[in-house]
Amino acid sequence: MEVSKIDNVIKQYGAKESALLAILQDIQTEEKYLPKDALEYVSQKMGIPLAQVFRLATFYNALSLKPRGRHKVDVCLGTACHVRGGEKILDKMERDLGIGVGETTKDKRFTLESVHCVGCCSLGPVAVIDGEVFGRLAQDKVPALLKEFK
Amino acid sequence: MKIQTKNDLEKTREEGLKSLYPGAIKISVGMATCGLSTGAGKVYEAIEKEIGKAKVPIRLERTGCIGFCQREPVVDILEPGKPRIFYQGVTPERCGELVEKWLEDRVVEDLLFCKMEKEDRILEGGVKDYAIQKIPSGIDGTPNYHQVPFYGKQLKIALRNCGFINPDHVEEYIARGGYFSLYKALFEMKPEEIIEEVKRSGLRGRGGAGFPTGAKWEACQKAKGDRKFILCNADEGDPGAYMDRSILEGDPHSVIEGMIIGAYAIGAHEGFIYVRDEYPLAIQKLKIAIGQAEEAGLLGGNILGSGFSLKINLFRGGGAFVCGESTALMASIEGKVGEPRAKHIHTTESGLWDKPSNLNNVETWNNIPIVVSRGAEWYSKIGTTGSKGTKVFSIVGKVKNTGLIEVPMGATLREIVYDIGGGIPDGKKFKAVQTGGPSGGCIPESLIDMPVDYDQLTEVGSMMGSGGMIVMDESTCMVDVAKYFMNFLKSESCGKCTSCREGTKRMHEILTEIAEGRGTTDHIELLKELGWVTAEASLCQLGATAPNPVLSTIRYFQDEYEEHIINKRCPAKVCRALLRYQILSDVCKRCGKCIKACPAEAITGKKKTKKEPGEAFKIDVEKCIKCGMCFEACKFEAIEVE
Amino acid sequence: MIPFKIDGQPVEGRDGGNVLEVAMDAGIDIPHLCYHESVKSYGACRLCLVEVVRRGKSKMTTSCTYPVMGGIEVFTRTEKVLRARKMIIELILAMCPGDKLIQDMAREMGVDGVRFKKDEKDCILCGLCGRVCEEVVGANAIQFAFRGDRREMIPPFQGEAMSCIACGACVIACPVDVIGMREEGDERTIVRWKRTLKMKKCKVCGNYFAPWFQLEKFKEQAKLSKDFFDVCYTCRT
Repeated sequence: MEVSKIDNVIKQYGAKESALLAILQDIQTEEKYLPKDALEYVSQKMGIPLAQVFRLATFYNALSLKPRGRHKVDVCLGTACHVRGGEKILDKMERDLGIGVGETTKDKRFTLESVHCVGCCSLGPVAVIDGEVFGRLAQDKVPALLKEFK
Repeated sequence: MKIQTKNDLEKTREEGLKSLYPGAIKISVGMATCGLSTGAGKVYEAIEKEIGKAKVPIRLERTGCIGFCQREPVVDILEPGKPRIFYQGVTPERCGELVEKWLEDRVVEDLLFCKMEKEDRILEGGVKDYAIQKIPSGIDGTPNYHQVPFYGKQLKIALRNCGFINPDHVEEYIARGGYFSLYKALFEMKPEEIIEEVKRSGLRGRGGAGFPTGAKWEACQKAKGDRKFILCNADEGDPGAYMDRSILEGDPHSVIEGMIIGAYAIGAHEGFIYVRDEYPLAIQKLKIAIGQAEEAGLLGGNILGSGFSLKINLFRGGGAFVCGESTALMASIEGKVGEPRAKHIHTTESGLWDKPSNLNNVETWNNIPIVVSRGAEWYSKIGTTGSKGTKVFSIVGKVKNTGLIEVPMGATLREIVYDIGGGIPDGKKFKAVQTGGPSGGCIPESLIDMPVDYDQLTEVGSMMGSGGMIVMDESTCMVDVAKYFMNFLKSESCGKCTSCREGTKRMHEILTEIAEGRGTTDHIELLKELGWVTAEASLCQLGATAPNPVLSTIRYFQDEYEEHIINKRCPAKVCRALLRYQILSDVCKRCGKCIKACPAEAITGKKKTKKEPGEAFKIDVEKCIKCGMCFEACKFEAIEVE
Repeated sequence: MIPFKIDGQPVEGRDGGNVLEVAMDAGIDIPHLCYHESVKSYGACRLCLVEVVRRGKSKMTTSCTYPVMGGIEVFTRTEKVLRARKMIIELILAMCPGDKLIQDMAREMGVDGVRFKKDEKDCILCGLCGRVCEEVVGANAIQFAFRGDRREMIPPFQGEAMSCIACGACVIACPVDVIGMREEGDERTIVRWKRTLKMKKCKVCGNYFAPWFQLEKFKEQAKLSKDFFDVCYTCRT
């Protein structure tokens, strides 16, 4: 990520410790993950030890150090979805995409993650792909759904 | 307009009333997350198109969640002189019909859900009568809103505005009594009087622990220091709970108003609303609401001309359940990781940046305006001796009517699950209801007549928590539920305390052994011991309540655990390793669908054709991965799971 | 000095102190792993649990984080406390079965065997290394990362600790001695953090006494002259 872009983000929130999470989240939104050099730059620019930045980046679920695919698939494993068979949907996705949870397909098309509750419990089991919610899923609906996302 | 006097407030109320009850037809679409995820966005667009074609003026509005999430998208139509009607399960294709028929004084009967002739105005007290002069045809037999079982037993205090206002229009919030409580607090009450009122109301924290709100405010007000913080915990992390989200999306001003009143009572001039990262729409609505309140002079400097100032900042969470814990939340705002600290010195004395801080949950803040406007005496008449007021619950899982409900404390589980929830679908039997999220426990059928309140729930081994209620039937395995929660907790634990980190990890490990058929008779005692040390030795409430799902399921469902351990059987047919899928050869029609569906090539057999009878279909137990795809594919119920 | 009681014995503590330090001073033994007087109390290991009675209410809590308060009564060997400590040391032993100190402590507390699947870790996650590096040395080379059962103490990006000055403070602070320091020729290595630094030779005695990187950092921070560290500490005196 361009240094000037990172500078803008830091300027927006102010170069204070309490803004670190928001700054990292914005970089993540832009780059789809947190590149190592971006974190090193933030550490240097804000005067926060890299070990502390790394600690934050690995603590919060929203932040990822691994490059992500073009499409992010979040399978909901909230209690209501779990009780309605959410695990089976996740397993089917793992089988169809050939990757495990937290991994990205070799062609960088999909990243598969699990989330705990998106708040659409009436529609369980639910998966969110690129921010769009797909409810009332069943194992046999998965292939058609994934096909929609190039 | 800037609101500086009560007169200004009244004028804005008039504007808002005109907006809420316009002279023309008004169609509102529920556009909270539940609505949007079922297609309300497309419904809104479709109606917009129809309105463009119509020959009379029609207003189109967005509104929040009305609670019956099962029936989204929900659309309501209001026209002067007619009852308000509510449609459910609306699709874009039906919108044309919807508008056309209304213009002909008719309704679309199969989509009609209920009607309303009087609207509750609980904040001000009283009702708004729609002054019915004309009734559209086709409406006979449609129940009134209050006759619908889902709504009949509810008492909407926190959800008073959700679904009835456009949250982006502050004047509509004001029209229903909003910000008048703030006026009363700033000009007609002293800070000590406000705290006294909150104390007398009996309001307890709605975030989970149920600490008396008035006492907390008093401690913070008394704390030394001239820089204090007012905080809102909107990090609703319990999976299955979305009450706070609906309030933030449908009625954000109620939280803001509550916080201003609280800040005034305590003497704080800075505040934060800590919103979970996974709630983008709630964050958006709050931003709009804060902006509007600031513009109107209801927030910021010299509020309502009183001389009192408060700045509220939004803080977006990073995705960590532990950040719902008060000290972890404050550490997170400070820019650190969400690791809790010991609370020998309370956060009301030394919290955010070591300053006195008052943290309350979204629903707690939302209750404050009504405590101020209707008074402690009115409020304390609702609920039980130990738990006053109402509570919003999200009722989800194996129940017919899923959605958000609000009932007075003391309502029984039976009323909630059966009267409001409609009971268990598909003819299945009630097995348990899980309350309090990962910090709570499972309550069995034998206790279904228990009144729901803070103390009762804790007594039976669960807790109120944020209000998530997950209904379970006989197809839910309690060992699996405990394992599920331990898996969640061990990865959400911050990891600092040995007892919590290792405790949840080992409990999960043992539950996995049991679920996979390797359980031993020592395991139950070991789980109890691990549960004990995790609860007793850990620093924060995540650790302290972590064993609840395990201990409560052992307490009420020990026989199910024993079935897994001794007989290596899962009665609910959930634990995969203990299942066996087999084809019933006498029912099997040899259609071959299961072979196609099987990802592990575990089914052999020859399809039946016109010429040949084919060969018996069999599942190879060694190859079978128990995914259940064959079971789902079979149209003849020829596959059995045991 | 603030008076209170531990196991019935009257003791005194300074304002701002903690119960554990007062107990240790008074010769009362409370097992602990993550406490060290050079850094702030953390309360991670949970071994130093005691029961504290204050205003009639009893609470089990870690003595290293409990502040010295007048009139409290502390009990260090109640049944509840002993039961909790025993389980905790068993959990730590299950995590790090090879650590000698943990084995010894477990034996002392009556732990016979481990009832869980043994891990093969060596770090007990007490955090002392990271805390010393931050609070005492100021190098901030290592910190906790990840969360829950995946928590570990590592340099950023799990590579070489680039801010590490190889002072060896963490090596000394580690209660289970799993960090390790090695000196070979003109190089010093902090094993666990994969940090190898070249050492500077003293102009007078010719011994390798400290890493170049460390000395450069000190010169920068304390604004010292270029040749300040040309002579080693011993020779200077």
